Amino acid sequence: MAGRAQPVNPWFGGGAAVLVAALILGCLAAVALRAEPGAGLGAADWRAVRFTLWQAVLSAVLSVAFAVPVARALARRRFAGRRMLITLLGAPFILPVIVAVLGLLAVFGLNGWLSDVLGWAGLPPLRIYGLHGVVLAHVFFNLPLATRLILQGWQEIPAERFRLAAHLGAGPGAIWHLLERPMLWRVVPGALAVVFAICVSSFAVALTLGGGPRATTIELAIYQAFRFDFDLGRAALLSCIQIIVTLIAALLALRAAPSGGFGAGLDRPVRRWDADGLGLRVLDGVAIATAAGFLLLPLLAVVLAGGPGLAALPVSVFQAAAMSVLVAAGSTVVLLVLAVPMAAGVAAGWRWIEAAGLLGLAASPLVLGTGLFVLIYPVADPFSVALPVTALVNAVMALPFALRILVPRARQVVADHGALAASLDMRGLAFLRLVLLPRMRAQIGFAAGLGAALSMGDLGVIAMFADPQRATLPLQIYRLMGAYRMEAAAAAALLLLVMSMAAFWLLDRGGRWHAEA
Amino acid sequence: MLRLEGLRIVQGDFTLRADLEVAAGRRVAVIGPSGSGKSTLIGAIAGFVEPQAGRVIWDGRDMTAVPPGQRPLAMLFQDGNLFPHLSVARNVGLGIDPRLRLTAEQRARVAQALERVGLAGFEDRRPGEMSGGQQSRAALARVLVQGRPLLLLDEPFAALGPALKAEMLDLVAGLTEESGATLLMVSHDPADARRIADEVILVAEGRAEPPVATAGLLDNPPPALQAYLGD
Amino acid sequence: MKYLAFAAGVFCASAVVAETPELTVYTYDSFVSDWGPGPAVEAAFEEVCGCDLKLVGAGDGAALLARIKLEGARSEADVVLGLDTNLTAAALESELFAPHGVQAEYDLPITWDDATFVPYDWGYFAFVHNADLAAPNDFRALGASDLKIVIQDPRSSTPGLGLLMWVKAAYGDQAPEIWQGLADNIVTVTKGWSEAYGLFLEGEADMVLSYTTSPAYHLIAEEDASKAAAVFDEGHYMQVEVAGKLAGSDQPELADQFLQFMVSDAFQSIIPTTNWMYPAVMPEAGVPAGFENIVDADKALLLPADEAAALRDVALGEWLGALSQ
Repeated sequence: MAGRAQPVNPWFGGGAAVLVAALILGCLAAVALRAEPGAGLGAADWRAVRFTLWQAVLSAVLSVAFAVPVARALARRRFAGRRMLITLLGAPFILPVIVAVLGLLAVFGLNGWLSDVLGWAGLPPLRIYGLHGVVLAHVFFNLPLATRLILQGWQEIPAERFRLAAHLGAGPGAIWHLLERPMLWRVVPGALAVVFAICVSSFAVALTLGGGPRATTIELAIYQAFRFDFDLGRAALLSCIQIIVTLIAALLALRAAPSGGFGAGLDRPVRRWDADGLGLRVLDGVAIATAAGFLLLPLLAVVLAGGPGLAALPVSVFQAAAMSVLVAAGSTVVLLVLAVPMAAGVAAGWRWIEAAGLLGLAASPLVLGTGLFVLIYPVADPFSVALPVTALVNAVMALPFALRILVPRARQVVADHGALAASLDMRGLAFLRLVLLPRMRAQIGFAAGLGAALSMGDLGVIAMFADPQRATLPLQIYRLMGAYRMEAAAAAALLLLVMSMAAFWLLDRGGRWHAEA
Repeated sequence: MLRLEGLRIVQGDFTLRADLEVAAGRRVAVIGPSGSGKSTLIGAIAGFVEPQAGRVIWDGRDMTAVPPGQRPLAMLFQDGNLFPHLSVARNVGLGIDPRLRLTAEQRARVAQALERVGLAGFEDRRPGEMSGGQQSRAALARVLVQGRPLLLLDEPFAALGPALKAEMLDLVAGLTEESGATLLMVSHDPADARRIADEVILVAEGRAEPPVATAGLLDNPPPALQAYLGD
Repeated sequence: MKYLAFAAGVFCASAVVAETPELTVYTYDSFVSDWGPGPAVEAAFEEVCGCDLKLVGAGDGAALLARIKLEGARSEADVVLGLDTNLTAAALESELFAPHGVQAEYDLPITWDDATFVPYDWGYFAFVHNADLAAPNDFRALGASDLKIVIQDPRSSTPGLGLLMWVKAAYGDQAPEIWQGLADNIVTVTKGWSEAYGLFLEGEADMVLSYTTSPAYHLIAEEDASKAAAVFDEGHYMQVEVAGKLAGSDQPELADQFLQFMVSDAFQSIIPTTNWMYPAVMPEAGVPAGFENIVDADKALLLPADEAAALRDVALGEWLGALSQ
């Protein structure tokens, strides 16, 4: 009974989507129009495009391949601390890149813990730098995301199906054929595409761990075009390629997995009757322990490195931390103002809205920052709008993730309650206030938590809008490092990690607190 | 009076035609085999299903283009008739104002309606905290405050036990008696029809037949109905 | 009447503002940070100028120039401080800068006669290592060794570009050969100086591309004498950091005053222990222990700005070619 029963007005979401698209494409156009005739794309640029695609494909395939056993283990095992573990496993995703890279190197570097262990065994140290290092870091960042996406798929299999399968005496193999493989077939393309899209715009990770100019990504080529050659035309052109590649991947994913998404409520393990065998229990234990070790050891390294310096942190770091909280709060508000109507619009049938939202994933921050500067400079002092601009750009960057969280739930709410609301003549704001918002509270909390954490850890809109008097914490970390103060920088990084996790945890819990089923 | 004029509904390769009238104040059961289009017919009257041709006319007014919530009717679905996160009082209040901005007088009406369906004192409960029968009563309380001249039931009591279902049907009969509303109820159980319906609309083989007196039809079923009834 | 009163009010207000003129100086971000020279420089200049000095941080040197180019003639900046000799040719070409009239006794290993840009500090690029390491003494020895080094990407970092020019200035057409020799020593290439230096301190490499003055930081600020800079026989490429006055400045006299102040004792004595570079003009009190010059003046390498600009793309191509194999 779809047809005309439509309690949601998609025009607000559509408007928000048009605004987001106009912002991103407008920035791109502003940079392109400011360009003087340049050299166009050279062979090196095409090499960068090829490397970018190759590493993104590898990163996506490996992240998802590892995520499947981890998600399956988490889906069918109940153990103390499971909930906590799932939350902690999400940490790498919201970690600032530089902090994460140093944490990874403390574990996997030439002088890292793993190399120490290998040294005792008389083996040469691990050589992390190169394509495999880039992929390792990308798997570190994206395994949690892929795991959540796939775990969601597992938990969307109704418990009754497993009961029926158990009743029919289906073993793990049969369940795999009957239930799990079809589910993965539906969920995996979406997960692959999301991770691919994230890895396409990788820059600092690829550069630091890539081991040299072989690992040149499109984003680094944009960087070079912009600051080495001051060739704005080429920067815009490369940014276009990046957007097109990401959008193609994203649209394929949306087509393949219309209901794929990563939602909240992942703390409910389904009772399983087929997985009690010792072998499977060991297998799941190994999967969970490996993932936990891989994801948590670098975090532990960040904690250990930062701990000693915490007490001696200068006041300016705490001022920067307060500024980061302010930016994150503003950016979270902007994010929700954009994302909730957009999710409602998608649920009302305007699917193109989500594609517009995905532009945030594809846009180069450097081009976005430069474009905004070109647009804003003639009318306002860039520093006077630094905070709103940073909040806005962070919100746009977090938008694709927020939409993946909100859209499936919005669809479900409209499907479950749309007809009743329509029969009561409840529409627009009344439906939003009385049904959509209360029913989506948990997902909104989750999206807000993710948005706040991502904004907290992001360097923002590059230096052009970074008011030196009001530096954010990530900028302050770079400054400390730039002034040789590595210990203070490590402590500030730990502070940032704690703040990001706290923001995520508070908002995520807040959304579920006293929430009804 | 409800009139379906040359109505044709097409869904894929399924077509349902209806050309019939229901007199005001009648209680009519819509019966027919599973998949014959009973719910589709009700959905078209409620405005959820768009007909390919024909008109839905209430008291001489063409409603075909009127959005569902603005049609002069109240409806109960098979399930999901209450919002699980809203209290019973708020769920019922939605029948008066879908934005829930209620005056004191309107809140008193909500309380009266709850009392009438036997739910006095249940105002602050959530649907999840009540039994199936109580949930049905709450939904009927909302129908009561909606005060619409046409009531459509799409088997809302199907999940209740026989005794409870009979109780609900009696409550529906009582409520429509008091308000004089016209009732159209989908049912797959001839006993339901016998219990409260004056007339029956038979939906079978792509057609909704005009209503005929319940007893006459059920005692002397035509072949299509006979196949469905099975005896 | 009302309009007149309003106009008078505006006039008075702007007259009050005019009493303390504002000088806007664009510089790189680490200059204005709490640990950089910015705060001390601001206080010292405001004491003598009767003005308000506004230091605006914008990324690093290259981002600074990009920003000035984007802003063009409308820029509010009066002075840009923080370009280096790899950027001055492009900066000059933008025609946004005006000549200066600053005279000073420079303490530079080269003669400085640029009419547009005034140097305020300088340093030598060098590989920094732990003092107990037997460091090589030229690029060939480094290439032949199995020492691990971290360098910065010339496309995103000032020291990275400096190394590119260093090898080119020292070896000319043989530069590709040198790079091929270094390829297996390079552990990785980072986006900027901070990441590379961080990796080195974490023990990821034996040496890192930095400055001859880096060990001075550890010695003076941390009382740690464990770091040293390797002296290379082919000489060391210089980085000279300069400032220039913008042609569109609305405070040209004040800008001139700032540039002159920049080479004075008050400014120059701040530089060593905040920017960790050599002062361009030796302060009367000299420099602290740890800043002894370890490179002979005749080993100083610096390509003239126009030559550096012309060689840049060729050198980058050689670098990419050698390291992409």
